[in-house]
Amino acid sequence: MSAHENSQPLKFIPASEFKQRTSEAVSDELLRKSFRGAMDFLMAKRATQFPDPVALEAQRGLAEHIRKYSLAHLPDLLEQLERNLTANGIQVHWAENAEQANAIIVGIAQKHSAKLMVKGKSMVSEETELNHAMEAVGIEALESDMGEYIVQLDGEKPSHIIMPAIHKTKQQIAKLFAEKVPGASYTESVDELIGIGRAVLREKFMTAEIGLSGVNFAVAETGTLCLVENEGNGRMCTTVPKVHVAITGIEKIVEKLEHVPPLFGLLTRSATGQAVTTYFNMISRPRQPGEKDGPQEVHLVLLDNGRTQAYNDEQMRSTLQCIRCGACMNHCPVYTRVGGHAYGTTYPGPIGEIISPHMMGLAATHALPTASSLCGACSEVCPVKIPIPDLLIRLRGEASHDARPGHAPLVGQGAAKSALMDIVWAGWAALYTRPALYRAFGWLATRFRFLTPPMQSGWTYSRTPLKPAARSLRDLLAERKRK
Amino acid sequence: MQRDTPSGQRPKDVYFFATCLVDLFCPEAGMDAITLIEREGVTVHFPENQTCCGQPAYTSGYADEARAVALAQMRLFENDWPVVVPSGSCAGMMRHHYPKLFAEDPILKAKAEALAERVFELSEFLLNVLKVQWKDSGKPATVTLHTSCAARREMGTHVHARALLAQLPGVNVVTQSHEAECCGFGGTFSLKHPSISSAMAGDKADALKETGAEAFISADCGCMLNINHTLQKRGDAFQGKHLATFLCERLAAKGEKA
Repeated sequence: MSAHENSQPLKFIPASEFKQRTSEAVSDELLRKSFRGAMDFLMAKRATQFPDPVALEAQRGLAEHIRKYSLAHLPDLLEQLERNLTANGIQVHWAENAEQANAIIVGIAQKHSAKLMVKGKSMVSEETELNHAMEAVGIEALESDMGEYIVQLDGEKPSHIIMPAIHKTKQQIAKLFAEKVPGASYTESVDELIGIGRAVLREKFMTAEIGLSGVNFAVAETGTLCLVENEGNGRMCTTVPKVHVAITGIEKIVEKLEHVPPLFGLLTRSATGQAVTTYFNMISRPRQPGEKDGPQEVHLVLLDNGRTQAYNDEQMRSTLQCIRCGACMNHCPVYTRVGGHAYGTTYPGPIGEIISPHMMGLAATHALPTASSLCGACSEVCPVKIPIPDLLIRLRGEASHDARPGHAPLVGQGAAKSALMDIVWAGWAALYTRPALYRAFGWLATRFRFLTPPMQSGWTYSRTPLKPAARSLRDLLAERKRK
Repeated sequence: MQRDTPSGQRPKDVYFFATCLVDLFCPEAGMDAITLIEREGVTVHFPENQTCCGQPAYTSGYADEARAVALAQMRLFENDWPVVVPSGSCAGMMRHHYPKLFAEDPILKAKAEALAERVFELSEFLLNVLKVQWKDSGKPATVTLHTSCAARREMGTHVHARALLAQLPGVNVVTQSHEAECCGFGGTFSLKHPSISSAMAGDKADALKETGAEAFISADCGCMLNINHTLQKRGDAFQGKHLATFLCERLAAKGEKA
């Protein structure tokens, strides 16, 4: 099979385009139906894992505490991790941005004259668009997670961080395989489809010089990389090729091994409603003399890519508590209706709305935090209790204002600043802080209600116009008093 | 979450914070809420200078403007009486977000926290503070209940409203699919992202209607207006009623003056 074509890099998303994409997405009946069905299924599965709300609260409290503790000690823990990984024989690399991370990995691959890299599921490698960088130097990068394999085959990006191909129906996958996989015939049998993918991938695992993976938890104290997966492709990628490269964000760290089980338990239950995944890999060193398998070289690339900006702000630091379970998107009424691609970011849904501004800057992403009714379904299920609505409000403020005195500006600070909106809100505040003025406004609005405009911006898109009542509450109370 | 007044005593007087939506768009619901409190022998005070809780600016990222409006409201409640709000969303703003809004000013923060302690959403106040015991006087009716997201997640209104309705033997409450899901209002969200908001409102209207209930009940005017105007645009006669209005009708207390 020839090198797969990847979707074009999507780096800049103008606000207007975001609205356009979401409008298209909500009118796509098939997409709406398939996301609703899939999200309902995932919500129900998660719910079965947490029958006791009191126990869940205790677990979430512990997980939140572990994540907050890890972030509070982040610089020290990163140094400790590097020391212990190095002592274990794992080579540590630091990357400030996507380009640096990709250059490091390309460098490792070229050193080994690699032609093929097999990839376990890694959202951080999606974030850096690693596949493009590899193919630019003539190295094939093949996704081996079944969902990732499907979206790569179709030249798409994942639409969900846990289930990359959740937007696709069985029929669409059947058609895709029949068209793109040499020798495959059309079948809608899930087992047969997986069989087709497996046959292709088996061959590739044997010939790839490099295996890439993500990391779910990096344990500083022991220098251990933990990888959570279901398909076994992660184990193949990290054990069969002679070189294993892991890539992760700097926040995915915990201090002690004992911090892992509480997070792991919540991760799998929150993500797919599984008490435990089929595989849990703990990687702590390359192959030792006398060992029969395992890579001869193991590398870890630690990526910043805007995370430090979130880390530097006390409130926004909580963004980095995320363990990437995807429960926030499964429960999000907006994500359920527009799907993951409409966001145009690596991480869609509520977590994407709060983390993408740090990775891509507010100029490209300021529309994202506005795409929420602030219903709070996300933070209610978040296993590490990230206050997502508060962070959305904060980012809306940062996008529409200059940095406050004493605060460093964010990348793209004030990108959505609008003189008109400043006037609107100043006028609003003037009205609502002056009771006499407000009463006069109320009197006029009720007496002249027949002048209410029939078109009211977004409101009348699907609703009849809002019209004030004939008399306000204070009028009715005054009338009652007179009686 | 069962709150009472800080003193635990049944109040003789309360402040009524109507909210801007009730004042101008749903005044009947405000009158009915006042009736429900007065018929329990409690005097309702309506501070004339009240306007809006400040939530629209707050959620839009205009914190300074929200603070100015919030501060104007905080000055209205001088006596140590409970502040009753016929909206879970606005009550949630005053109870949970005022302290955050003034986090950087220790004096105002303390004031906001003290006020937050005595802010009650209407159904919570009737149930937990006044501990109402009602006699149903209506014909058998089947309704469904939509609780706003802030009311649910910040104020526990779904529990309180359900408990109040359960006191009425003639009222059968049926549950819609995706009960806890947002109706798509979200304040300025409905203006900024009309297509997403409309999709959510449409689905919510469908779910409520599919229950076969004769009406839906909501304790929040924002959601109620959103869903009602969506249904009206479809030419659908199925409509929602504010919880206070529905309760007054059931208790035959409409327009009653204590």
